[in-house]
Amino acid sequence: MAKNNTLKLKFDSSRNLAPAPESKSVAKIADRYELFINGKFEKPSSKKYFKTINPATEENLSLIAEANNADVNKAVKAARNAYEKGWKKTAPKERAKYIYRIARIIQERARELAVIETLDGGKPIRESRDFDVPTAANHFFYYAGWADKLEYAFPNRNPQSLGVAGQIIPWNFPLLMAAWKIAPALATGNTVVLKPAETTSLTALKLAEIIQEADLPPGVVNIITGAGATGAAMVNHPDINKIAFTGSTDVGKIIQKAIAGTNKKATLELGGKAANIIFDDAPLDQAVEGVINGIFFNQGHVCCAGSRLFVQESVYKIVLQKLKDRMESLIVGNPLDKNTDIGAINSKQQLEVINKYIKIGQQEGAEIFQSKCTIPTKGFYCRPTIFTNVAQSNRIAQEEIFGPVLSIQTFRTEDEVIEKANNTPFGLSAGVWTDKGSKIFNMTSKLKAGVIWANTYNKFDPTSPFGGYKESGFGREGGLHGLGAYLKV
Amino acid sequence: MSNRIEVLKTYKIYIGGQFPRTESGRTYVATNAKGENLANVCLSSRKDVRDAVGSARSAFGGWSARAAFNRGQILYRIAEMLEGRKAQFIDELIKQGATKTAAENEVSLSIDRLIYYSGWCDKYQQIFSAVNPVASSHFNFSVLEPMGVVTAIAPQENALIGLVSVIAPIIAGGNTCVILASQSKPLSAITFAEVLNSSDLPGGVVNILTGKVAELLPYFSDHMDVNAVCYAESDAASKKMVKENASLNVKRVVLYENTKWMTETAQSPYFINDFQEVKTTWHPIENIGGAKAGY
Repeated sequence: MAKNNTLKLKFDSSRNLAPAPESKSVAKIADRYELFINGKFEKPSSKKYFKTINPATEENLSLIAEANNADVNKAVKAARNAYEKGWKKTAPKERAKYIYRIARIIQERARELAVIETLDGGKPIRESRDFDVPTAANHFFYYAGWADKLEYAFPNRNPQSLGVAGQIIPWNFPLLMAAWKIAPALATGNTVVLKPAETTSLTALKLAEIIQEADLPPGVVNIITGAGATGAAMVNHPDINKIAFTGSTDVGKIIQKAIAGTNKKATLELGGKAANIIFDDAPLDQAVEGVINGIFFNQGHVCCAGSRLFVQESVYKIVLQKLKDRMESLIVGNPLDKNTDIGAINSKQQLEVINKYIKIGQQEGAEIFQSKCTIPTKGFYCRPTIFTNVAQSNRIAQEEIFGPVLSIQTFRTEDEVIEKANNTPFGLSAGVWTDKGSKIFNMTSKLKAGVIWANTYNKFDPTSPFGGYKESGFGREGGLHGLGAYLKV
Repeated sequence: MSNRIEVLKTYKIYIGGQFPRTESGRTYVATNAKGENLANVCLSSRKDVRDAVGSARSAFGGWSARAAFNRGQILYRIAEMLEGRKAQFIDELIKQGATKTAAENEVSLSIDRLIYYSGWCDKYQQIFSAVNPVASSHFNFSVLEPMGVVTAIAPQENALIGLVSVIAPIIAGGNTCVILASQSKPLSAITFAEVLNSSDLPGGVVNILTGKVAELLPYFSDHMDVNAVCYAESDAASKKMVKENASLNVKRVVLYENTKWMTETAQSPYFINDFQEVKTTWHPIENIGGAKAGY
């Protein structure tokens, strides 16, 4: 191989870009949000509210109602009533029209949603504007179309809806996860009780407004807010037919156990520790770009993040150098700035988790490198971080960190990297970088993961099923396969 | 009522996103059931067919390369535009002899059918494509691709729903088309062209002619730059001619006989599939090393 002859890029102050902040004026956030039950915003019977803050500035944004058991019960009743009295009998093509309306209104209010998503969650405006919001709208479009076509997806099966779906979603892609959950559930004729994560309730509540605007029959979608206890009340509610959960593997296991004695169906989309594998014949600049995207997209708060990098030994040095160079060019800071690559960590709690793992990595003897960027003094931020000299047994190579922290290992042969990549309880996704097509297909057939990206990473589409092997969960969301999760077939 | 005199519409044909008159300068009179004159309508010629096929061919590359999702969005937009002009279509259908109820049904059904095919744009691949488990170490998959330029003779009855039901699956699948409107009820087709023209549909994807079936059918079926021809009537001699002419360049022939356009049996992904080729790709899978599929 050629020796390290890349041009050394200069990443000094001359690259500082002028601020280009997105205006907050489109984001209309009320002082307080109630629970969305039976088509109306209702005060919680708990009488309790919790704060939601902007993690980039630690400023308060709003107060969010906390749903207790009685509220959950009310929401489930509303959903049951809406299901039995109307929604399940609504002609599929008319059901579709409601979902199309939601899609259209999301498109129309895209900018507002993007700004609120960034304010509430800390992700760069570029990502919420160009990825989260449009993908959410597209998801509604895609599933709207399925509503009157189900017999083609499941030939000879006469698929039937399940009833009331209880859906619990995480804080990393708040609006998008709500779309992933609600769109297929409605298209298949179910009604919904959805709970967003407690740190990112706002766009789900905006979605509630959109659902009102779309004139959906009351109770078809109910959105209730709260933390773990609210979620537990949903999981344990006897009148819910289906639990759809996206979140940590720990909580996923608790849910699977909790519903063991019931007839509830479940889909679980849990954690990951994806291998991103670079072979020596890969287009290296493209691969490095993919690694950056794989681990730093959305501050690494991505269940399918490429958090374990495997580099073939012969190109290790050059890849590492290119990676470090590229890391230095990443702009960390104000999520509302259109130039920002990496925004704020979603919460103080999550920042503590990430920092804990950074400490563990160093204690385990791995070598740390962080980009030298300045980060704001207020708010929750973490510099892009990589670890080299990582052993397969290190906790930073085994456990999901859910932050901008990459562990790097090397390999010599395909066999070796397959063994290493599969040596994890997770199996959500993987990445392969090589110019050789036949090698890609060898890897995709041997890697134990639900999604495999070849010469690309973190690609999502409503038509494409997503979900994990092993302890990354079961069931698929997206595509034709995503329908099955909400039907008796 | 005031003394205002109504402005009457000129019904022209639709080629390449423009509304020209027929190059032949000829017209015929569209009448209602009582024989009263409704409008002078273009009597399209062989040259108009050629121009329309040329436009359809130019539009094919771009249209077939659009993302399936984007095609779906555009079909949805067509439905939105049609919904907004419902009253005009009902009015025209009534003029052409439909009862009020029948006209309302036909327009609603036409909108819903466009939505239906809008939804199929990014789904029919998932129904008809396949990964083929060949015995050798190859990744082998078959996908659908549009045939290309399709010419079609629209159903004579059901001036709107017939037209929409033929066009929608052809363009949903990425083809472009030239369609001859119902000869006896041509008005709705031209007004529908105005809907298409305001719906983000690129010019040339759909070209609509008015004229005599007997005169134009030979050119619709023998043009050498047409990939498939669709005939939605059941005249035996015409069918034979279409099939014979098709053999000149091995056109695919799609016949819709006795199709009940006003019912849901007249819509399915198989109407899309009718205008698709199947492409199979073989790719080797390297099968070296002893790594076993472990846990």
